[in-house]
Amino acid sequence: MGKGWCLFFLFWPVAAVVSCAMAPWVGWSFPYDNAQAASNLGIRIDELFYIILVVTAIVFVGTQAVLVYALWRGANNRDQRASNVHGNHKLELIWSIIPGAILLFLAIYQMNIWADFRIKKYYPEAAVKAPLAEVTARQFEWRFRYPAIGKKLQQKPQPDDLYSVNELHVPFGKPVLIQLRSDDVQHSFFLPALRIKQDALPGLQIPVWFEANKPGTYDLVCAELCGWGHYKMKAHVIVQPEDEYQTYLKNLTQKQFYDGLGTIAAKETGTESEAVEK
Amino acid sequence: MTVLNPSPTGLQPILKPQAHHAPGNFITKYIFSTDHKVIAIQFLFTTLLMMIVGGVLALAVRWQLAFPWESMPIVGPWLFAAEGGQISPEFYTMLFTMHATVMIFLVIIPILAGTFGNFLIPLMIGADDMAFPKLNMLSYWFMWPAIACFGMSFAFAGGPAAGWTSYPILADLAQAAPGSGTAQTFWLLGVTFVGFSSMMGSINYMTTIINMRAPGMTFFRLPMTIWGLFITAILQAFALPVLTAGGFMQVADRLLGTCFFYPSGLVINNAAPTVGGGQALLWQHLFWFYSHPAVYIMLLPVMGMVSDMLSCMCRKPLFGYKPMVVSMSAIASLGFIVWGHHMYTSGMNPAVGMAFMVATMMIALPSAVKTFNWTATIWGGKVEFNTVTLNCIAFLSMFIVGGLSGIFMAAVPVDVYFHDTYFIVAHFHYVLFGATLFGVFAAIQFWFPKMFGRMMNEKLGKTHFVLTFIGANGTFFPMHFLGMQGMPRRYADPYLHGYLEHLLPMNQFMTISAIVMGFAQILLFINIFYSMFFGPKAGRNPWNATTLEWTTPSPPGHGNFDFIPMVYHGPNEYAVVNGDKDFLMQTEKECLPPSETVTTDIEKT
Repeated sequence: MGKGWCLFFLFWPVAAVVSCAMAPWVGWSFPYDNAQAASNLGIRIDELFYIILVVTAIVFVGTQAVLVYALWRGANNRDQRASNVHGNHKLELIWSIIPGAILLFLAIYQMNIWADFRIKKYYPEAAVKAPLAEVTARQFEWRFRYPAIGKKLQQKPQPDDLYSVNELHVPFGKPVLIQLRSDDVQHSFFLPALRIKQDALPGLQIPVWFEANKPGTYDLVCAELCGWGHYKMKAHVIVQPEDEYQTYLKNLTQKQFYDGLGTIAAKETGTESEAVEK
Repeated sequence: MTVLNPSPTGLQPILKPQAHHAPGNFITKYIFSTDHKVIAIQFLFTTLLMMIVGGVLALAVRWQLAFPWESMPIVGPWLFAAEGGQISPEFYTMLFTMHATVMIFLVIIPILAGTFGNFLIPLMIGADDMAFPKLNMLSYWFMWPAIACFGMSFAFAGGPAAGWTSYPILADLAQAAPGSGTAQTFWLLGVTFVGFSSMMGSINYMTTIINMRAPGMTFFRLPMTIWGLFITAILQAFALPVLTAGGFMQVADRLLGTCFFYPSGLVINNAAPTVGGGQALLWQHLFWFYSHPAVYIMLLPVMGMVSDMLSCMCRKPLFGYKPMVVSMSAIASLGFIVWGHHMYTSGMNPAVGMAFMVATMMIALPSAVKTFNWTATIWGGKVEFNTVTLNCIAFLSMFIVGGLSGIFMAAVPVDVYFHDTYFIVAHFHYVLFGATLFGVFAAIQFWFPKMFGRMMNEKLGKTHFVLTFIGANGTFFPMHFLGMQGMPRRYADPYLHGYLEHLLPMNQFMTISAIVMGFAQILLFINIFYSMFFGPKAGRNPWNATTLEWTTPSPPGHGNFDFIPMVYHGPNEYAVVNGDKDFLMQTEKECLPPSETVTTDIEKT
């Protein structure tokens, strides 16, 4: 009977390993059919993930195998008594120091990635100088505020700012920075393809930078419970070449300031606000 | 024997005075009892009842994820007749909020500290009852106002809908969500009552363990179970006040017009802009300062109990008793400085995140040491494959998964991706269900004869174990894949998003596994109630175990011990030559020469 139980406890780690091994091929791994992360930082995060995966896989297989083997021996133990061992100082030292060293290595190894990702000092300079847009999360949509063409994003909304909902356009080929804020409750800006996630905290403005390594349309979802409609904060980030992006902004300006007569109101207001600034 | 612990009655190990009067009538004996054993059994049945509630809520959550917006069986047509049985998204948020609340505050914490803490502490350290029996009784009865508050919270529109973490602003302002009105206030009151209950318990446990150990029971002769419960009590006592304070601050925000947690200028649900000066992040710090240690509160007692049970079932001393104690203390003390790993993406200072990351990485170390020690305990043992052993091995096997997936989350950049996805859900279910509940199943089976004087049924127990184990892995392992796919938690309908559409079949598989697992628990209840009345009678020491509780009759009478026991050894002296036995009880002075007939141990003291 004991051997049967050993097989029982062997079965599930084997099933776990097999299902993990087939995951990339059946769409259970990273999103979009295990597509490579769409940003260089994301690729580095994936690399870190795979390093940890290898370490944990070895430990998982090792510990489960030893556990089952120990059970197997225990089930077949014909001695009158178990071995009277209270511990082993050397073994304790070995299995404290080795995992400790591995964990410490992992801790130090990842610091650079985190620094590049979130510590302001290491943000790309170009992105910090000219933030692309302000992203405001609210129940239950994403609002984007771009500065007028040729202007800089201001802290306070300007009359010539451009607005869009649930669709953020981003120029390709340079790092961009968005100012993330929330109008009401807490939300979280989650771009699975780029491995980006940052909570939008009411009352704070949090700068987030990212750079897509290929143009495309990426899903943007909310990852922090924000109420009954949490699941439907569906939006997209569209990364497109610089010229297409400029066209988009122009069209947006046209659409937003079209007065029904063919003139674009933004021009006047634009000069006005410039004058105010000066 | 050098250090003798002064017992309240001096060092005379012969006559045992009564700590308090034996109960007179039915009410003082079974309802408002001050006997720790009765209180433990009250806790046991209350928490098992609550486990049904929490389990049903979990199945409802799983139903929505597998068959989104399809008529929910039983509750659907009844509660949502107008919508054709289709539940509302706000009902879904209430379901997972209450599932977590019930399972954490009304099942796992009370079943560990309340049931096993109460039952085992006096019995295992050789005391006739707790230090403060009335406080102990209050600790149980404070559970009921909590249950009532949570129940009232259900009754008000929507129920609490801000998740068990109750993050402001969602939970702080009534207009933020349909369930953030009165329901949320009642929820907070419920948590406060549960806090009172735990606090009274933990003070009692600490006092009892420090002051009431039998003569000879030094700290390093305590069974690991007691170490687990002792450290848990310390964690509770130091961490819980922070949550209670935070809870009161949130209540004040909601009812008294303070603004601890919300800033100015928020326009929520078209209400007038808020006027405040607070910060939502403050709540997260306060909440996780308690709730991260709470994770260990939900784990350490089980670690202790499994250490004792494994050692007994493998007939082998626990491998590395002192390293086990040290690693447990290390987990507890590191547990106080890792709360920030819940907040890597929250917007707190990222440099602080790095410090929390290092601490979190390091807390994996003592857990690893414990795992190796348990495996080494099995190594070279004579393993008896009964229900207790099987559940203990399931604990170990699943704790390894939960521990290893924790390393991904400890790594800040990887956690940024996994935060608030199903990967997290997989992780904590592997720890809380996989480790804690399997340990609890083992402990129920193991100490049942001491509680009720009868053995539980092995066949039912094994069937329950197999179904639960398969169901649990089938439910929780695929969650890792969902997390890899970037499926966020707490989504009523994740398939709205194109990149998650193909996950429906996997979610259906998980739901079917969960249903199997849920129905398997019926076997546990049948087993408990059947065995209580019809199980084979158990002797004093049915498992040939060594610790003090097995020297008492099953079930122990009022006042537990016939004599004040004297303790001569550590707790896990197996694999020795002691007459015909292979174990040496803590009360036995020394081993007898082989093949000498030995009857019971109790007369020897």
